[in-house]
Amino acid sequence: MDASILLILVQDGLVNGAIYALLALSLVLVFTVTRVLFIPQGELVAFAALTYSTLAEGHVPASIFLLAGLGATACLRGLWDARATRNKYGKILFGTLGPPAVVVPLTLWLAPRHPGLAVSALLAVATVAPMAPALYRIAFAPLASASILTLLIAAVSVRFAMVGIGLVIFGPEGTRGIGFSDAFFTVGPLTIPGQAIWIWIVTFALMLALAIFFGRTLIGRALRATAINRLGAQLVGIPAEGAGRLAFTLAGAIGAISGVLVAPLTTIYYDTGFLIGLKGFVAAIAGGLVGYPAAVIAALAVGIVESVSSFWASAYKEVIVFTAVLPVLLVRSLLGPPSEHDE
Amino acid sequence: MMFRVAGLSVSYGGVAAVQDISLHVEAGSIAAVIGPNGAGKTTLLNAAMGVLPSTGTIEFDGTSIHAMDIETRVAAGISLVPELRNLFSTMSVADNLRLGAYRLRREGSAAAARAMDEIFETFPPLQRRKEQLAGTLSGGERQMLAMGRALMARPKLLMLDEPSLGLAPLIVRDLFAIVSQLRATGVGILLVEQNARAALRIADYAYVLETGRITLEGTDLADDPRIVEKYLGQKESKSLGGAPPPKPRHP
Amino acid sequence: MKRGLWLLFLLAWLAAPLLGIVPPFWISLANTIGIATVVVLGLVVLTGVGGMTSFGQASLMGFGAYTTALLNTSLHLSPWIALPASIAASVAAALTLGAVTLRLSSQYLALATLAWSVSLFYLAGNLDLTGRYDGIPAIPAVSLFNINLAAPEKFFVVIWVSVALAMLATANLLDSRVGRAMRALRGGAIAAASCGAPPAQAKLLAFLYAAALAGWAGWLYAHLQRAVNPTPFSFAASTEYLLMAVLGGAGHIGGALLGAAIFTLLNDRLQSFLPLLIPTPGNFELVAFGCLMLVLLQTAPEGLWPHLFRPRPQPRPIDETLALPRRNIPPPGTLLLESIALTRRFGGLVAVDALSFSACAGEIVGVIGPNGAGKSTIFNLLTGVDQPSAGQIKFRSEEITGSNAAAIAELGIARSFQHVQLVAGMSVIENVCLGAHLRGHAGPLRALLQLDCAEEAALFAEAMRQLDRVGLRQHADRPAGSLALGQQRIVEIARALCLDPVMLLLDEPAAGLRHNEKEQLATLLRQLRAEGLGVLLVEHDMDFVMQLADRLVVMNFGAKLTEGAPESVGRNPQVIEAYLGTAA
Repeated sequence: MDASILLILVQDGLVNGAIYALLALSLVLVFTVTRVLFIPQGELVAFAALTYSTLAEGHVPASIFLLAGLGATACLRGLWDARATRNKYGKILFGTLGPPAVVVPLTLWLAPRHPGLAVSALLAVATVAPMAPALYRIAFAPLASASILTLLIAAVSVRFAMVGIGLVIFGPEGTRGIGFSDAFFTVGPLTIPGQAIWIWIVTFALMLALAIFFGRTLIGRALRATAINRLGAQLVGIPAEGAGRLAFTLAGAIGAISGVLVAPLTTIYYDTGFLIGLKGFVAAIAGGLVGYPAAVIAALAVGIVESVSSFWASAYKEVIVFTAVLPVLLVRSLLGPPSEHDE
Repeated sequence: MMFRVAGLSVSYGGVAAVQDISLHVEAGSIAAVIGPNGAGKTTLLNAAMGVLPSTGTIEFDGTSIHAMDIETRVAAGISLVPELRNLFSTMSVADNLRLGAYRLRREGSAAAARAMDEIFETFPPLQRRKEQLAGTLSGGERQMLAMGRALMARPKLLMLDEPSLGLAPLIVRDLFAIVSQLRATGVGILLVEQNARAALRIADYAYVLETGRITLEGTDLADDPRIVEKYLGQKESKSLGGAPPPKPRHP
Repeated sequence: MKRGLWLLFLLAWLAAPLLGIVPPFWISLANTIGIATVVVLGLVVLTGVGGMTSFGQASLMGFGAYTTALLNTSLHLSPWIALPASIAASVAAALTLGAVTLRLSSQYLALATLAWSVSLFYLAGNLDLTGRYDGIPAIPAVSLFNINLAAPEKFFVVIWVSVALAMLATANLLDSRVGRAMRALRGGAIAAASCGAPPAQAKLLAFLYAAALAGWAGWLYAHLQRAVNPTPFSFAASTEYLLMAVLGGAGHIGGALLGAAIFTLLNDRLQSFLPLLIPTPGNFELVAFGCLMLVLLQTAPEGLWPHLFRPRPQPRPIDETLALPRRNIPPPGTLLLESIALTRRFGGLVAVDALSFSACAGEIVGVIGPNGAGKSTIFNLLTGVDQPSAGQIKFRSEEITGSNAAAIAELGIARSFQHVQLVAGMSVIENVCLGAHLRGHAGPLRALLQLDCAEEAALFAEAMRQLDRVGLRQHADRPAGSLALGQQRIVEIARALCLDPVMLLLDEPAAGLRHNEKEQLATLLRQLRAEGLGVLLVEHDMDFVMQLADRLVVMNFGAKLTEGAPESVGRNPQVIEAYLGTAA
């Protein structure tokens, strides 16, 4: 393996790594705010990719009906939970039924007219992103005071249902999406595809936007505050459930965007998302489930390990990536258990 | 009557922690709850704030708030400074205060900045530590920040859980002076304290909580012989030790 | 009597398929349920009791299955010889994973087992040794006394005898010295450590036990199917076992059987029924299960078992004539515990500041001071729950700084906690018995085989004696969580006394007690002092401390303000100022 091959592998790794970094960020965000290890994030990625491909081919993706179903269920659940106070009905109706009310008719109208890649991408994100807060309302918000492990089992249950539904709405065949750009740029020994540059730009822009959101805005600070000290946040009037919904909305958007970005890179099946999401988790664990920078660096490392091992021993690619997390955990465990909470 | 609790009970796993509590706080007055450790003082405040589920009546400004969640109670104008402070330890002091004004976020950041300046006037040490992370503050500064954060929300009722906890007497004195000033601005204050002497000095009305029940209440508890004996020690001039205190005591 | 009934039921159950009246379809379902039950029993111990979630049980099962497959096909060993090897392989695999993750918070374990089960799936699918994705075919059948047990209705007997043995072993394990330490993992881990039962050890044991059952189940699976491939040991299979555990009720042995049965039957019914209902191809049973689990988690997070069978507390027969050997108590006046310039900082906060004091045998030393003065931190430092930033701790002139909680318990230092640390679901006497952990020696193997009866009886006799001593005898069989908080504190004292301590550290024992209860406690403490114990007492109730203590250490802001006899301390103006609040 000479230097130029290594360089190509690293380039490949950084493309996938960028996607894993986005996922790791969203997983850390959801975990710190709600304590949910959001296993179905990978499914959202795959669903977004498949929705995008279907739209780009000029067909109506069945995922819009899933969105409608989730929205309706979340609405009923929300109304049921709010029956004691009755003052939030309007907000619940708007929040749960709003997205499908816009997305479903728009998609039905646009899809047969071959809307083009940009519109397909936007519609795919608009279809998949609101699924996350709907899932939060249905599955996780009612368990807010349960243990991390109960929430984890709930997350796995949601994944079960999502995978089952995925097969129904997308079928068993895989699809590969159309790239945003088929240009290639030659830099020294490297030939960088336009899609890779798109991925890096979008990833960087998203991270920058998140940094500004968390560092500069009151809502972003409120979300961080909830992650640091949930009760403290509630005591200044930050609604815990609202913060959870926001975290899930952001995670859903990040997952959906990742899905659209990843669609042209490889063939996506209805159940491909699991491994993609799991690699985001590997990065998040390696980063300690707390720090954003650590998670990003770990994600890039996962991407590089993956691309190098797929060249070197392609059959053992997954084995190597998923075993690599064990030494990281060993080091973390030798450095001493992390402190639970500050106060 | 601004804040009223009646027949309030809280139990953990079938065991009653507080039972049948009734108390009230008027606007512009300080009500103190004193009692030994383990009597259920913190449980009482947490139930009043909605942190713990309870049975009974809780009314604020004439409406029942029993079914409200914590956030809605904050929005209604109630703030709690909890025993553990619950600061945002990895955020700056200024950010902690900014978030304190979360309920007034529609008033804009300029209003929040003005409110923060007022807090800095009340607690000058916080201004010096403005950009420092809350987790690096000393005990007294943490308590100031916790109170400052609560005051940023301009509460009508302020509930304080052991504000003197772990603080030097001098700081406690300053803190209690600030609490007295707050009363003058019309805020109702529910003060839960182990430090009976300091609490009774500024309280307008006081309750004694023992093993989950209110055993005594009144306006001049500081002079009540039963309180003097049990919670204030035999007069300051006399010794603490010596012969065991006389019996019988109140039940 | 009850045992006999169970045995009869088991025999009838085992014989039923052999009569030839049960359709083979149902026998094969029952076999699936039986194997799943063995795996899920492991999860009952691991997740339900120990509070750890594993997404790797199917992988561990795979270790067992592949081990017997390889030993049988390559080395032509008898399946019966391969059985211990299968179990050992699973346990060894779990040991590796456990060493890496058990010290971290439990969500790391869950995610690490997830990663590792995916990794092992692809490994088994790509290695020539394991036959790649095709797996290993033609595994020989099990035979016993020259009877070939290949037929499902005959192997049924092997499977269900295994289920019965696994259930019995699990029940034995949980009702034992090491079992109580495991049950303390949820809610009482710190207390267990202070009784000499380190949580890390209990966690590892639970993990290894679950792995052993998984290995056993793997062996059963390999010889039932007579072939292995990676699919039944995948991540998806692991989650199914977890769902069964939660469905049945993760904390209950019966729940394992219930969960496995309901899941398997429902899965089978849904698979044959749903396609008729919905003509589109799809894994609808997955969707149904996902939704069902969510409904269950939100309505009955404890699982179905406790809803169907409400366990009644059963009084435990206790022979109080049995006694345990006692430790030699040093003569009164012997120097026991010394704190030398002990310091603990938390970030910028100095919780304990160069504190020096000592306590002797036959003496009650009171530590007083305002709330937040650092009294509870001192207790945590002295008992190894927390480690000092600087300074030394000596016990009987030996340096013990840096020792962990279990090592300190072994020296005879027992404690109670300011925030009660009882296992709410265990009975009062079981909680107290945890205190006698170091006075028993039976390990997990003796517990599994119930060879620890004599020792258990002696431990419980001791627990009852201590419970009697603190006046809570009549509550022995109630769940600890159902006692009033004040009584729970007293249970902690009984637990501490069960350690047969030389030195007793009590953190606010009188908080929440009524007047006459306080008097009883004071009498007990005087009695203990007379027996030669050293008692260190953190207390807020001045009357209580003043009448009891021989010596008082007054603290303020983590540092020692003064020390001396109660009378002189009480007259100290500094103390009055600090303790009674702002006098000015």
